[in-house]
Amino acid sequence: MNPPPSAEPAPLGLAPEGTVHVHHEHHEIGFIRKYIFSTDHKVIGMQFMFTGLIFLVLGGLLAMAIRWQLAFPWQEMPVIGRLLFPETGRVVSPEYYTMLFTMHGTVMIFFVIIPLLTGAFGNFLIPLMIGAPDMAFPKLNMMGYWAMLPAIFFLMLGFGAEGGGPAAGWTAYPPLSTITSAAPGSASAQTYWLLALTWVGVSSMMGAVNYVTTIAKMRAPGMTLYRMPLSIWGLGVAAILQLFALPVLTAAGFMQLFDRVLHTGFFTPTNLVVNNVGVDYAVANPETATAAGGHPLLWQHLFWFYSHPAVYIMVVPAMGFASDIIAVHARKPIFGYKPMVYSIAGIAGLGFIVWGHHMFTSGMNPTVGMVFMVSTIMIALPSAIKVFNWLGTLWGARIRFTTPMLYALAFVSMFIIGGLSGIWMAATPVDVYIHDTYIVVAHFHYVVFAGSVFAILAAIYHWFPKMFGRMMNETLGKIHFFGTFIFTNGVFYMMHQLGIAGLMRRTADPYSYEIYAHLQPLNEAISYCAFALFAWQIFFVINFFHSLFWGRRVGRNPWQATTLEWQAPSPPGHGNFDHQLEVHRGPYEYSGPEVEEDYLPQTRKL
Amino acid sequence: MKELVLRIATTILFLLVPILGVWTFVGSAYPGKWWPEVYAAWFPENVSTYGPKIDQLFNLILWMVGITFVLTEGILVWCIFWYGKPRKSKAWFSHGNHKLELIWTAVPSVLLLIIAFSQMGAWAEIKFTSHMGKFPDGTEGPYSAEQPLMEVYASQFDWRARYADPSGNFDGVDVIESAYDIYVPADTPVVFHLKSRDVLHAFFVPQFRLKQDAVPGLTIPVWFQAEEGSYDLICAELCGWGHYKMAGRVHVIPKDEFERWLADQRDALYSNGTDDLAEAD
Ligand code: HEM
Ligand SMILES: [Cu+2]
Ligand SMILES: [Cu+2]
Repeated sequence: MNPPPSAEPAPLGLAPEGTVHVHHEHHEIGFIRKYIFSTDHKVIGMQFMFTGLIFLVLGGLLAMAIRWQLAFPWQEMPVIGRLLFPETGRVVSPEYYTMLFTMHGTVMIFFVIIPLLTGAFGNFLIPLMIGAPDMAFPKLNMMGYWAMLPAIFFLMLGFGAEGGGPAAGWTAYPPLSTITSAAPGSASAQTYWLLALTWVGVSSMMGAVNYVTTIAKMRAPGMTLYRMPLSIWGLGVAAILQLFALPVLTAAGFMQLFDRVLHTGFFTPTNLVVNNVGVDYAVANPETATAAGGHPLLWQHLFWFYSHPAVYIMVVPAMGFASDIIAVHARKPIFGYKPMVYSIAGIAGLGFIVWGHHMFTSGMNPTVGMVFMVSTIMIALPSAIKVFNWLGTLWGARIRFTTPMLYALAFVSMFIIGGLSGIWMAATPVDVYIHDTYIVVAHFHYVVFAGSVFAILAAIYHWFPKMFGRMMNETLGKIHFFGTFIFTNGVFYMMHQLGIAGLMRRTADPYSYEIYAHLQPLNEAISYCAFALFAWQIFFVINFFHSLFWGRRVGRNPWQATTLEWQAPSPPGHGNFDHQLEVHRGPYEYSGPEVEEDYLPQTRKL
Repeated sequence: MKELVLRIATTILFLLVPILGVWTFVGSAYPGKWWPEVYAAWFPENVSTYGPKIDQLFNLILWMVGITFVLTEGILVWCIFWYGKPRKSKAWFSHGNHKLELIWTAVPSVLLLIIAFSQMGAWAEIKFTSHMGKFPDGTEGPYSAEQPLMEVYASQFDWRARYADPSGNFDGVDVIESAYDIYVPADTPVVFHLKSRDVLHAFFVPQFRLKQDAVPGLTIPVWFQAEEGSYDLICAELCGWGHYKMAGRVHVIPKDEFERWLADQRDALYSNGTDDLAEAD
């Protein structure tokens, strides 16, 4: 059987079984059950994807407002300023600025990256790639998505709250976040913020339980652990990270909530004086006369105990997607599959003992800081091993310059930058200077934006034909890629320089300081790149929606890939596969000598 | 033809990453003909004793990651260019190489450990010196973690220095307070206690390469030794809506001038005090 060339719609995909199957289901369950209260992992994945993409737009808009203020502090915002801030005369107020970066970080991390990686692609890919008909617990899976709705509800309440919204940063450090009088604007908003986060946690937890169980229990016959695609390893390890780390954040979130509403004082030390008023609880509640006796650093430890693993939750699946996409479009097996798996596991394991690197200047015991430095510097090792293996995979490849491949290559290129800048910050004496400067902002945008978001874009372009049975437009895809790549670097690269110059993050108007005054032109240039980057996404939006309805129809395996999802119809019907699967080999048999074509599907019996 | 254009364009795009990447760093550090002065951003002048060590460590890492950056991005570009070429034959069928894996595990681990251990000296100097009572110049210095020159209080949104009375107490009536402007003696190891009244703040003087969070409930000893001059003090930890304007100024003045300033303040305090008493009578 000859492989269908990628340029032609394959007849296979319109296999009669598949069509009949889908049709049949359609009659059985109505629209609401099928698309709204669905227990089908693919539909739930889609729900997460659309939610995540909508929030990506919102988070992007917040970023644009931040960049406006940094380029032109306290100047009237054209057009939308009138709508947004009628009372301040169309300018961003300091309170509003604080809300902007708080919500930008919160939205991007908890409502975009994590839902897109684990919610959308975790859901869509796990059963398909391991050859299962659905998740282990479909109802739980459905509830996992519906738990996002209260999260969204509380997030929006936070936006609308009087006084201007949550204002303690995405890290929500107390006492700023717990003493309402310290941040008057965030009186109820910070409480809503905590509730939103708790619900995101509930959603992630339901998802994680499902992913781990499904991967452990529902693999097709012959799909051994070491025959799983790296995407599945990445998603599985991320789910395990969620299972172990998330309870800590949830507990800490409740402690902060109690501090706010019940004045428990877990994070509040004794003898605080805010706005010249003592907030010690002995003063506030003379009857009970309890001193607060808490500690602000406790929150930092608990928060980062979750949120450092969380940054790996945000990158480990992305690494898996990039690996899979590179193998397909390079027509070559992944170089060092097992080292790739071990380094994912190594990142996950070490990820639990490095959280203190966010606290080098916090007042934490400096000896402990030294230990965290060594573990943090060593975590660069598995990241380096992964980069070398990606390069090894590309060596001797037959690269096809498809849009998903361009994004996957860009992921590698950008991840190198983000990983390397991590080393500066891991070095404690250097971090004393660069902590909380723009070099940190550069670092995490290279790993999370140019890394994870690029990998998500690669994944959308790559799996779109499987999701919707239609190709995305390649020309528009490439236009989108070139602009996005250029402007992304235009935005984030020079932030390293800003950080070296000592520029602080979260600062609404830095230029009033003598040493920062000369940085305004650079920030202005960065902002122009940011506006262009945002505007450029129009190519993606057009491509996405146009292809959704009018894209070229494709068969089962338009990229000539080996993994199981490409054996299912495009799009797969309820229950995914229309034939019995048996796995005979690993996921990356490209360009092997056994067959004439340059790929050998996992299911093909020789 | 279209294929070729795409391949070359992609190659150039990815090649720009290491080229512009290195150029940006070099240009920012040495602006001039090849890099416009308005876009230059590099370390501010360094005036503390441990500052140069931090800059050296930064530069050590800059070299190591810079070389790694150029090598890895270079290989990536080469692969894109060379293996993007359409060929009749299949790709190199290889699942990996054990020896290579060992090499690229062992070599980076050694380099990373070197980086890690080279940090320890500077870290100890910044963090422990004030406790050990011996400063890098070999002397015990006039101030120590037990007997600091001053307390610096952070609160929304200002800085306040409190200088001990002549017997070294901070709770007597003779304590001198100075808001916004903080005076310290030059070329002297200055130790102070950093405190916060309300939320988290951070004491950041870029020219000293010094940053330390102020944590309510904690008294954190901090030290530096700086050259004469007056420098921006910036709050580096989000502390509320006014965070961006929580500025201060550290004036490092010659020792004798500092003694005189302190004496003047004390005189002013005493005379005020007596005036008050006189009025009360
Ligand atoms: C090569 C391995 C890495 C090392 C050595 C490293 C090291 C660090 C260090 C030391 C910090 C704290 C800097 C400071 O606040 O002063 C930091 C911040 C951060 N890193 Fe990484 N990192 C690495 C990879 C990653 C990855 C893969 C991600 C995410 C996908 C990531 C996301 C972040 C984020 C979001 C922050 C900032 C958090 C905040 O303060 O808001 N890092 N990194
Ligand atoms: Cu971290
Ligand atoms: Cu502040």
